[in-house]
Amino acid sequence: MSDQPLIQVEHLAMAFGTRKLFTDLSFTLKQGDFFCLLGANGTGKTTIIKLLLQQLHPTAGTISFNERLKSAADIGYVPQFRNLSGDYPLSIKNFISLKLCNSFTPWLSQREKQAVTKALQQTGLTAKQNQRLGTSSGGEKQRAYLAQAILNQPQLLILDEPTASLDQDAKYEVLETVQHLNQVSGMTIIFISHDWPLVKKFGQHFLELRAGSYISGSTTELQLKKEDENV
Amino acid sequence: MFNFAFMRYAFAAGTAVAILCGVIGVFVVARRLPFMTHTLSEIGFSGAAFGAWIGWTPLQGMMVFTVLSALAADQLGISEQSSNHASDSVISAVSAFFMGLGVLFLSLSSQNASYATSILFGSIVGITQQNVWQILTIAIIVLGILALIYRKLKFDSFDSTGAETEHVSRHWMTLTFLIMVALSVSVAAQIVGALLIFVLLTLPSSAAQPFCRSVGGLIGLSIVLALIGTWGGLYLGYLTNWPVTFFIATIETVFYLLSLAYRKLNESA
Repeated sequence: MSDQPLIQVEHLAMAFGTRKLFTDLSFTLKQGDFFCLLGANGTGKTTIIKLLLQQLHPTAGTISFNERLKSAADIGYVPQFRNLSGDYPLSIKNFISLKLCNSFTPWLSQREKQAVTKALQQTGLTAKQNQRLGTSSGGEKQRAYLAQAILNQPQLLILDEPTASLDQDAKYEVLETVQHLNQVSGMTIIFISHDWPLVKKFGQHFLELRAGSYISGSTTELQLKKEDENV
Repeated sequence: MFNFAFMRYAFAAGTAVAILCGVIGVFVVARRLPFMTHTLSEIGFSGAAFGAWIGWTPLQGMMVFTVLSALAADQLGISEQSSNHASDSVISAVSAFFMGLGVLFLSLSSQNASYATSILFGSIVGITQQNVWQILTIAIIVLGILALIYRKLKFDSFDSTGAETEHVSRHWMTLTFLIMVALSVSVAAQIVGALLIFVLLTLPSSAAQPFCRSVGGLIGLSIVLALIGTWGGLYLGYLTNWPVTFFIATIETVFYLLSLAYRKLNESA
């Protein structure tokens, strides 16, 4: 089973009314991959994610999921925007625990506490767990969002432009954490980004959506293709 | 002081309302709904006046009007957390209309001016034993519902994006919460009046913000601040014969200003 792809997308098409976003899109997401989804605004990156999360239904084509993705808890998702102000009161640890909401007791069980502790360790936030999220740096905030997304130790982690508003150091801080989750914890990653250098450094495979078409391959090819374009 | 039945009733009702508002206020502030809450209380004034006209108690009139308004606000989509100028304008228009309607109902009911004053500014020492039981019952019902949905409401209020991502349903949550707020406003108005609902429903929970890093902590401190204000107000009102609402409002405002000063000091440190 481990050799089977995590997700197999075949001849996928999506249109909203008369506007076709993409047609005949096929790709395979292998287990353990660090897969980067690229493309200009409006080409359909977020739509693909919504299709994978089964929040939308495709106009045509199929998406096959490996048995490892049998429940929603097997997919962790970090959305692009979060509206948390500087005076947000909760600590990083308490923010992460918010996701544990399928219980009637107001306090966390031992098992839930262990899940939070593990997520804090995996994202390198153990020492900062009692710090207020509102006053944390951009990189720390993104790592806290990551920690919340991986509380259930998902098979697949989807990140929607997590580095968009960060400075260079913070971008590397976040991506190194994601790389650690990919390599040490074995999570498969889908990383949506506009940042080509980050994709080249951390990604393994890519799919770039263009108006009406797409290209895909390994990120080393992406590097060659971009260099060719610059010649 | 406790030899007087009206003071015992006032303390019992004030305690129940302070605890209820301390808890609900934390979620009102987190969901950025203080303005909406204030509007509900003004609608409550109109409900109380309507009650006076047709022979209901102020609490019954307020509950009917505020709960119906909460349902309407949910349908109109003006209860979303993201406030904007359009929804603020809608809320202002609704607020103005219901205050006007309240004046009309009072005029039709031929109640005297002191009745209007007690609805607008509270009349805690006029609380009867029956009122105490009504307030206690409503407080227990609202807190009971909150206990059932506590974790989901916490997630939705303190991380709405995350809750949406995890399919923690937001519509029934918003609707349930608005009804809880409507009921809380109706009982809090018995203590501090329809115009000063902020005093118990927003100020204690806002003042607690810089000192707490957990939802449980915010609720605990918010209850303590609301209780100190209510008990202190009743005691000072008893001593001086000045309005209890004035003392409660002053104490809660002082707490809020101290909290603001603490936040500024921390920011500049």
